[in-house]
Amino acid sequence: MTPTYYLVLAAILFTIGAVGVLVRRNAIVVFMCIELMLNSVNLTLVTFARINGTVDGQIMAFFVMVVAAAEVVVGLAIIMSIYRTRRSASVDDANLLKY
Amino acid sequence: METQYLPASGLLGSAWLLVVIPLLGAAVLLLGGRRLDKIGHLIGCATILLDFVLAVALVAALAGQPDGEKAVTDTLFSFIPVGELQVDIGLLLDPLSAVFILLITGVGALIHIYSVGYMGHDPDRRRFFAYMNLFVAAMLLLVLGNGYVVLYIGWEGVGLASYLLIAFWYRRPAAATAAKKAFIMNRVGDVGLIIAVFIMFATLGSTSFADVFAGASGLAAGTVTALGLLLLLGACGKSGQVPLQAWLPDAMEGPTPVSALIHAATMVTAGVYLIARSAPLFDLSETARTVVTIVGLVTLLYGAIVGCAYDDIKKVLAYSTVSQIGYMFLAVGLGPAGYAVAILHLLTHGFFKAGLFLGAGSVMHGMNDEVDMRKFGGLGSKMRITYITFALGYLALIGFPFLSGYYSKDLIIEVAFDSGGALGWILGGGAMLAAGLTAFYMTRLMVMTFFGRPRWDKDAHPHESPAVMTVPMIILSLGSVFAGFILVNVFPLGAWLEPVFGPEPEADHVVAPIVVSILTTVVVALGVAAAWFFVARREVPIRPPVNVSPVIKAARANLYGDAFNESVFMRPGQWLTRAMVYVDNRGVDGAVNGLAAGLGGTSGRLRRTQTGFVRSYALSMLGGALVVTMAFLAVRFV
Repeated sequence: MTPTYYLVLAAILFTIGAVGVLVRRNAIVVFMCIELMLNSVNLTLVTFARINGTVDGQIMAFFVMVVAAAEVVVGLAIIMSIYRTRRSASVDDANLLKY
Repeated sequence: METQYLPASGLLGSAWLLVVIPLLGAAVLLLGGRRLDKIGHLIGCATILLDFVLAVALVAALAGQPDGEKAVTDTLFSFIPVGELQVDIGLLLDPLSAVFILLITGVGALIHIYSVGYMGHDPDRRRFFAYMNLFVAAMLLLVLGNGYVVLYIGWEGVGLASYLLIAFWYRRPAAATAAKKAFIMNRVGDVGLIIAVFIMFATLGSTSFADVFAGASGLAAGTVTALGLLLLLGACGKSGQVPLQAWLPDAMEGPTPVSALIHAATMVTAGVYLIARSAPLFDLSETARTVVTIVGLVTLLYGAIVGCAYDDIKKVLAYSTVSQIGYMFLAVGLGPAGYAVAILHLLTHGFFKAGLFLGAGSVMHGMNDEVDMRKFGGLGSKMRITYITFALGYLALIGFPFLSGYYSKDLIIEVAFDSGGALGWILGGGAMLAAGLTAFYMTRLMVMTFFGRPRWDKDAHPHESPAVMTVPMIILSLGSVFAGFILVNVFPLGAWLEPVFGPEPEADHVVAPIVVSILTTVVVALGVAAAWFFVARREVPIRPPVNVSPVIKAARANLYGDAFNESVFMRPGQWLTRAMVYVDNRGVDGAVNGLAAGLGGTSGRLRRTQTGFVRSYALSMLGGALVVTMAFLAVRFV
């Protein structure tokens, strides 16, 4: 069981997440893609911790989880309030902040 | 000769009050506002009279001191204590400044009293007296200063007061223009004076009279000459000497008492004071003194020639002032023989020219402010006191034997001849010729104003002025008659000023004094006769004749002095400013505005990249992260 597979898997997951963020319009889906990217990074961290025989990467993964949990709370709240005011969860409708 | 300075204690220590009293008067009058309108003129007169009493007491106290100790310095406070530059505000009361404070406060007081009547109907009389008090304060500071910096403060102060008073009737465009002209031409001279002060500090490290004169002999000859010429430039500006003479006749736009006090008796003689005060410097530079005499000669002839052609009574008197100050410059330029003589002429001129201006003011007062002498005539019988006092001043000015002008002007011509050599003959001859011209233009003025058939406007009702105006005129006319005799025979001015200028050298007469006197009197008589022949014999036309010789045309255009200034300085100056405005508008403003417009346009275009779509931002973030990663990899593996 070589760690390389984990890294390849993490890269695939990250790419799926990134493409999802770029191409999808539903805010919830975009959000889920962001979570996917975060978790692929977690996977990478843990893999490297394993390769190096240290726990640094694992500790870092815990931090990422905490941050992700907090971010989910704030992000979902924003999406909720946008949905309430605009009757839409499309990220393209929230485009007032421009030139 | 070393002068012992007395301590400034007791009465002699109160010289500073001389400056402060009129300054306070000016402050009260200016800040007091309209509620002082009723009594403003009384305050103005009271301060000057108080000053006069104090000046008399001070001079009496000074005269009581033993010879060799007739000088008081009083350092009041440190003005500029910066490293090497230590400038103290201090006063110096010595025989020379004593003469001046008596002249300034005495004539000043008389003219203040006269102004009560002359400005009686003017709604701004309070402001007038405030400015007059300001002038007296500045002038006293000028003559009492113990160094060039204090003198300079007073110098600028009188310039300011002169500006304010010429433009006193500022609603008249002519008065406003004349004031600006006076201010700007004075500034040209002031630059010379201030540069001289800089040089003094750079070479001697001090600007007080005592230090400068003590160190002057150690300076290079070229430096002393430069100092002399720069001081002369300053003196020319303030005293209306060629080439900076053009402002003085225009300054007659101010009220007549101003012309009498500032532009005849006191301020315009400040240049003579400056050169006389700087005598130890000028004694060291033959060149500078020669230039002073030449400026004096040119100016006295210029003023006399132009004075013959004008019809405006005040302008004739103004050119006469220019010419008489030329005499003083001629005398101070002649060195130790001439200093006391110049001051003598300054004093007698202060009396008779102030008296003549007050007389002219009285005539204008009775003639609805008319100044054209062609519309006067026959006023002698209507204004007896004015006529008699004016006639006495006239006789004193042309040098009628044994009146004050005779003593002072004769001495100047004599000293000019005595200076020796070809230059001595030129100076003496020129001064004598100008005496004849003076007699001509003043007789012309007398005849056109007081004699002959009336040529008044229909609505003119000439009448004598009130006593508040005639009494100062009478006192000044008495001064015009007796001042010369008293200052030569009773209280010899030369001996009084000896502590300042040193002993007068034994005169080496080229021409015997009695011959000079007789010749001068003959020339003056010829001038009077010529005026009688050309002006009094026939009717004076109301309009100036048009078909006249080129000489008269040139004199009417003040020998093209104004034309010269206009074509050489004013028009090129205007072109220069216009060119600079063009460069500023098109060049500087164009560059700045162009840069702003360019930035605005660019940012307007760049702004379009901010679409507001989250995914485009996300894409650019991803792109950026990829680029950074690529860069790291490139650095790591290539």
